[in-house]
Parts: sequence; C-alpha cells; structure tokens
Amino acid sequence: MRVRAQQDSLTRNNRQDSHEAALLIEGLSVDYGNLRALSDVNLRLDAGTVCAVLGMNGSGKSTLFKAISGVIRPSAGTVRIGGQSTRQAQRAGILGYMPQAESVDWDFPVSVRDVVLMGRYGAMGPSRRPRREDKDLTERAIRIVGLTDLADRQIGELSGGQKKRAFLARALAQQAKVLLLDEPFAGVDTVSATTMIRVLRDLASEGVAVLITVHDIENIDRLADSAVLLRGRVVYQGTPTSVVEPENLALAFGGGQ
Amino acid sequence: MNLLELITQPFEYGFMVRAIVATLLAAVLCAVLSCWLVLTGWSLLGDAVSHAVLPGVVLAYALGWPFAVGASIFGVLAVAMIGGVRATSRVKEDAAIGIVFTTLFALGLVLVSVTPSQVDLNHIIFGNLLGVSPEDLVQVVGLVAVCLAVLLFKRKDLTLFAFDPGHARTIGLSPRLLGSILLGVLALTCVVALQAVGVVLVVAMLVVPGATARLLSQSMSRMLWIAPSVSVIGSLVGLYLSYYLDISSGGSVVLCQGSIFALVYLVAPREGLVWRMIARRGPRQQPLEADAPEKTAV
Repeated sequence: MRVRAQQDSLTRNNRQDSHEAALLIEGLSVDYGNLRALSDVNLRLDAGTVCAVLGMNGSGKSTLFKAISGVIRPSAGTVRIGGQSTRQAQRAGILGYMPQAESVDWDFPVSVRDVVLMGRYGAMGPSRRPRREDKDLTERAIRIVGLTDLADRQIGELSGGQKKRAFLARALAQQAKVLLLDEPFAGVDTVSATTMIRVLRDLASEGVAVLITVHDIENIDRLADSAVLLRGRVVYQGTPTSVVEPENLALAFGGGQ
Repeated sequence: MNLLELITQPFEYGFMVRAIVATLLAAVLCAVLSCWLVLTGWSLLGDAVSHAVLPGVVLAYALGWPFAVGASIFGVLAVAMIGGVRATSRVKEDAAIGIVFTTLFALGLVLVSVTPSQVDLNHIIFGNLLGVSPEDLVQVVGLVAVCLAVLLFKRKDLTLFAFDPGHARTIGLSPRLLGSILLGVLALTCVVALQAVGVVLVVAMLVVPGATARLLSQSMSRMLWIAPSVSVIGSLVGLYLSYYLDISSGGSVVLCQGSIFALVYLVAPREGLVWRMIARRGPRQQPLEADAPEKTAV
C-alpha cells in the first residue's frame, strides 16, 4: 500500500519536474528599514540537485533563507516552491529546514527521538498522535544518520556534529522535497560531515532539492552540484569548481565592494 | 485525635471542601501551564498578566459580570499591549512588561477606590480561599476543564512552538497562533489562581512547579506529570498547615511549593547542587565524541 503511494507521488513529482523548478526565486529584494539586505536575487533549484550558497557574515545568506521560509516579507520579487507559494508549500509539508546551532535551546527537555518525530507532525492529526508509519519513518531516519544508539538522549547531550545529524534526521523523517540547511557544517567533526554529505547526496538522488549555506569551501565539490556566491546580491553562480577559483571567490570575499 | 481524623476534619466544613477543591484545581492547571512558561522564558509574563487583570476583576464586580469575563478581557489586553509596545517601539520586552502591568494594576487600584464596599482589595491581592462560594467553584471547575483540555490536546504543538518555532512555521503551523493560545490560557489561568492565592502569589504557582519539574526530568512528557504532582502535594500540605496553624492559606501554599523546589534544587538526582558539588571533586565526564575545532572561514 505504501509502495503504491510512493510510486504515485514519484510520478506526480516527475510530471512536475518537467516544467517546474523545485525552488524558483525571481527578483527577490529584502530591506530592513533603509538597509538593503538582498538585491534582485534570481535563483533556480531543480529537483535532485544540491546548491551551496557561500558568502561572508552579513552577505544575506540568512536573510535569503528567512525570505524563502516566509519569516520576513520581501520588498520585491517572488519565491515559488514546487510551483506553489511558500505558505502553500509549508502546509503541504514540502519544505524542510535545519536551524543554525546558535538558534536552538540545547537545554530543552526533548530527546533525539522527540526531535526527529517532530518532522512527522505535519503529516499527523491535530493532536499529533504518531501512527505506526510515523514511528517507522522516525526510526529509519535516526538509523540513516547513525544515531540509533543515542536516540533516547536529551538533545543537548550530543556532540556538535551529532546535533546536526539529529536535525537532518528530522528533515528526512518529514520527507520534505525542498531542504534548507543553514550552516550544517559549522563546528562539525569529520565523521558527522561525511555522514551528512552521504545522506544529502542520497536525498538528491531520490529527487530532493537541497539549498545549503556554507562558510567554508571545503567539501563543496563533494557536496554540491552548483554554487552561488552571495554579497547582498548574487555575484557569481556556477559549478562548485568554478566558484572556488580565486578571482570568483574574491567577488564575494575580497576587500572593498 | 488520630491521624485519620487529622486529615478528614477540615472536610467537615463546606467552605474548607470548596477551598481545597479550588486550590487543587488551580494548582494542577497552573503547574501544567508552568511547564511551557519556564521553557519559553515567559515566567514574567505570568506575573504581568496576574496583576493586569485587577481592573477587569473590579469592573466585573461593579457591573455584575462573571469574574472571569472582566479578567480575561484585561489579561488579553495586557498581553496585546506588551507585544504591541515591544514590536512598534525601541522599548524591550522586559520594560514593556513592567510598564503595562504596573499601569493596569494601578488602574485597578484606582477603580477599587471608587467602587466602595463591593470589592475587598485584600481578597484580590492575597486571595480569598475560605470565601469560595459554590458559584465560584462552578466557574473554577469550568475554566480549569477548558484550559486543561486545550493545553493537553495541543501539548505537542506547544512544545514544538517552545522548542523550535521555525520548524513549526516550516510545517505549516502558525507560531503566532500557538503563542496566542498559550497566552489566552494564561489569562484564564490567572483568573482561577487569583481566587486561591491572590494576585501577588499567582506567579509562584505559575513558575515554581514547572521549574521544579525541569530539575527532575529531561523529558517534557514526564515534566507534565511531575509538575502537577509537586504542585498538588505542596498545595495540600500548605492547606493543612494553614488550617491547623491558623496561618495565611495562600502564603502557606506557596511557601510549601517553594520549599519543595528548594529541596529538589539541593538534592535532585543528577541536577541537585549537592551531587554536583560532590561530582566536581571526581574526574570530569568526557564528551562522547570530540569535535574538530571550528574551521576558519575562507
């Protein structure tokens, strides 16, 4: 029965892919009062691809994510997710996100399993009582990121990399079609980074579109299909290998403007 | 007098039965709500709302409305004003809370002084537990039932809201709506607890049980059992002490809850201060997986 449902959703997605980008950003500008944070950003992300966004602090990476997920209202431009508005896509459970480590209260009394199960809330009834399927998908996601032995731990009792993997598992359990990952490799050990890259590549091969901010060019060629350099606007867009060319990096990270 | 008589004797008086039932209901509701308040950092908001309902209570008396209606209006009004001042000016939340609740409380004091003989200020400020009428009790039962039903039905969403509002939004929930539910229940809860312990001590019932449970458990679902249990035990002991020692009932209830917190703070398993001091002398626990140092940006 579930196989059937998955096949149905696959065909539906394939049909969508032929004419609709997983994520389409057109002419996006964001202002904070008089300060322009993002200017005329155009970005297309297709299903099954991973796109890395690079930029300095204050380059507008977080602003871009906030605009995509509807936390802030853009002053111009549109965001379409799978052909729908952000709000529609969120109601349909298409959009998944992984928060930055600094924005999470690590003392909060939830276990790793609790956090991953939250990925299923959108698919559950109003009282969020987990069904068999929700529990299965939760355990599967925990297994894929390699946290099975730590599933009952309070979330703050994990290492930095394990915490990131827990949140990645939540996005896996959600079965989101478009994933936004904010600095998933910040302060992460090699084991966790390798696991996460493998999981993200597997997701992409299943048709998931991944937008990811990184502060570091390491791993970028193993991880991403395309890359964007951001500095208040898109200063360069290309393959991961072309982006790390010194003259291109200088556009985003060089002195002066 | 044997132990059984000691326990049952207060129940021979109708007013004592009503006092005990009202207090225990308020204790359970406050305790459940307090689990989220201490986790969202909204403890002070509980203090603010409990004070801000005073003008509503006075007006309700004067106009002959039910106690709860006036209090709810002003509770919601206070929360809206705090949010409004914070969002539309440079004033930060703690200052906004301070301004709004003291102003509304002051309005309440003024209203009390112009509606003579109808409202006893002492009853509002320190509670009027022994004066709970049968009608009051019906109202308390109704409010507690509604509030508990909402909280327990929405408990997973509220926990998600407290933990990660960004994810709540991402899966199509409205963090603003969930926050409003919590605040609406807070306003009604203040009405219930007002009668039991009064304006000044409401905040204790809204913070202490949740904080105590937090020290005892790393699991939200267990906290939701521990907090009401602690609160009920503290309230019962407090009421008996107040009956036999002839001391203030509200004061005695809160003092007992505070004492339980102090005890837990000192000797709770794992978290207790005593054990932590002992552990500090032993070898430090190593983290499970060493993290590579943060990489430098390009």
